Amino acid sequence: METLISILVGILVTVAVYLLLSRNLIRVILGTAVLSHAAHLLLITMGGLKKGSAPLLGEGAESYTDALPQALILTAIVISFAVTALLLVLAYRTYKKTATDDLQALRGFEDE
Amino acid sequence: MNNIIVMPMIIPLVTGIILVFLRHYVKTQRVLSIVSSILTLVASLVVLNQIQQDGILRLDFGGWLPPYGILFVADSFSMLLVTTTSIVTGILLIYAFSSIEKQFEHTFFYPFVFFLVAGVNGSFLTGDLFNLFVCFEVMLLSSYVLITMGGRKLQLIESMKYVTINVLSSWFFLIGIAYLYGAVGTLNMAHLSVRVAEVGQGPILTVISLMFLIVFSLKAGLLLYFWLPGSYSVPQTVVAALFGALLTKVGIYAMFRVFTLIFYHDTIITHNVIGVMAILTMIGGSIGAIAYNDIRKIIAYNVVIAVGFILAGLAMSSETAFQGAIYYLIHDMVVKALLFLLGGTMIYLTGKAKIEEMSGLIRNYPILGWLFFITMLSLAGIPPLSGFIGKVYIGQGAIETGSFILLTTAFLSGIFVLYSLLRIFLNCFWGETIINEDEDIPLKKGMLVPCVLFGIMTIAIGIGVEGLAPYVSDAARTLMNPEIYIDAVLQGNR
Repeated sequence: METLISILVGILVTVAVYLLLSRNLIRVILGTAVLSHAAHLLLITMGGLKKGSAPLLGEGAESYTDALPQALILTAIVISFAVTALLLVLAYRTYKKTATDDLQALRGFEDE
Repeated sequence: MNNIIVMPMIIPLVTGIILVFLRHYVKTQRVLSIVSSILTLVASLVVLNQIQQDGILRLDFGGWLPPYGILFVADSFSMLLVTTTSIVTGILLIYAFSSIEKQFEHTFFYPFVFFLVAGVNGSFLTGDLFNLFVCFEVMLLSSYVLITMGGRKLQLIESMKYVTINVLSSWFFLIGIAYLYGAVGTLNMAHLSVRVAEVGQGPILTVISLMFLIVFSLKAGLLLYFWLPGSYSVPQTVVAALFGALLTKVGIYAMFRVFTLIFYHDTIITHNVIGVMAILTMIGGSIGAIAYNDIRKIIAYNVVIAVGFILAGLAMSSETAFQGAIYYLIHDMVVKALLFLLGGTMIYLTGKAKIEEMSGLIRNYPILGWLFFITMLSLAGIPPLSGFIGKVYIGQGAIETGSFILLTTAFLSGIFVLYSLLRIFLNCFWGETIINEDEDIPLKKGMLVPCVLFGIMTIAIGIGVEGLAPYVSDAARTLMNPEIYIDAVLQGNR
């Protein structure tokens, strides 16, 4: 299971890199969003998947699920949500002001 | 209990929240923000002095003993930076009162400054790697808002790049944390250090450490500084000063912490890579600083050179070099804020940003000219100003460790700093004045006073170095001997 998810993370990162390297503003933002998903999946995989037991550290527990990665990705998801929302608003404002969403056209601007 | 060490983060955070509700009461906002800065300063000074008596302090949130809970750790290094942050922010706020446009005061300028400071102080204090990520995000989200305030076309374009590159590096940070957690199964920094030492820093851990190096280099502007000059030259003067003084320093702090506490076993790879990056940063920054005619660009490239210089101290990795780096870090926070303020004030007074379009400002504004002169000398490292002592110690450290290439580049970059600022000084302050007496825009007191305060600070740090010495040497000793930090955090409970 861990191997499978790791491969999935790899695919997600590939997709993210492809999107990030494109010229379109929205695609770049989607790229950061996909990359954040890859990071979250990686975090949860690192804690070990499918132990099938409760996240408790009881005295006699033989196996338990690591609860820490879940707490971590919960925090990270909230942050990624906020950041992506802000990026989208910023992209919209930039598009309104410059009338372009082509990153190539946004290079080396002189002050108006 | 050591509850007081959470104050430098809590006070700005609570102030920020309160100020959100006082949106239209600008006077109250100003008074509250000054009061809060002073309170933060007092709290950090108290903690700094307590550390000298009781050793490193820590606060376990929710009573979870390390390595299980999140905790704040205050050692001399972090508290020195927190203290400087509080002073710099307080003075910058005074500048903001007279320079910031009225509409921004109504649209949550002050709250976001305080959220930024909360994030910065949190990053300095935290003892948990994931918490460091969260504090970084608190700081960055506020910086995203502050950099776009005003919404000019160029500003939006540059901040788009700034936000994207920072978001990207944040996810890299998270991926690095995931790898590290997978490899050693803990996130508490002291515990990480113990675990990494136990398993030995093999190739996998070194690769993970390089991942962190990339992340922090992006934040600090070490070699990966391509986003920095553009985005630091577009926002409001006071925001640019805040960024130049604080943001890159957080990246530098994180790099010091991670590479002295956790990944210090394989210095042949990690510290040499840092050294090479520092050299390239100083060369690139020097070329940038003399290439441009725009004051803001020149100043932004000066930030880059300083980053390279400080991290050269990390690359040398000896106690003397660390002392030098810490002195220089404190000096740089003060002087870069001053430099940004002076540059911004000059642009405000003349309405121009190119150096060849200004001339003879010293006739109209003598104090400004002399302040610029002091700043220039201080950045070049002329005694008795604050830049001197840091350069001396870094030079000593370089000779001790035999890193002569670093030494040469570091000191040559100082000449480039001096040359780039001399160009501004000669072009803008000397010569025939371009402003005749009726067009003379009066220099507001509120703009001059903060600059003078910073000027006094750089002289005071330079002359009063003896007073600072015990704190800095304690900080350098802790950086050099990670066991002190580990013992204070884990207290034998490994």
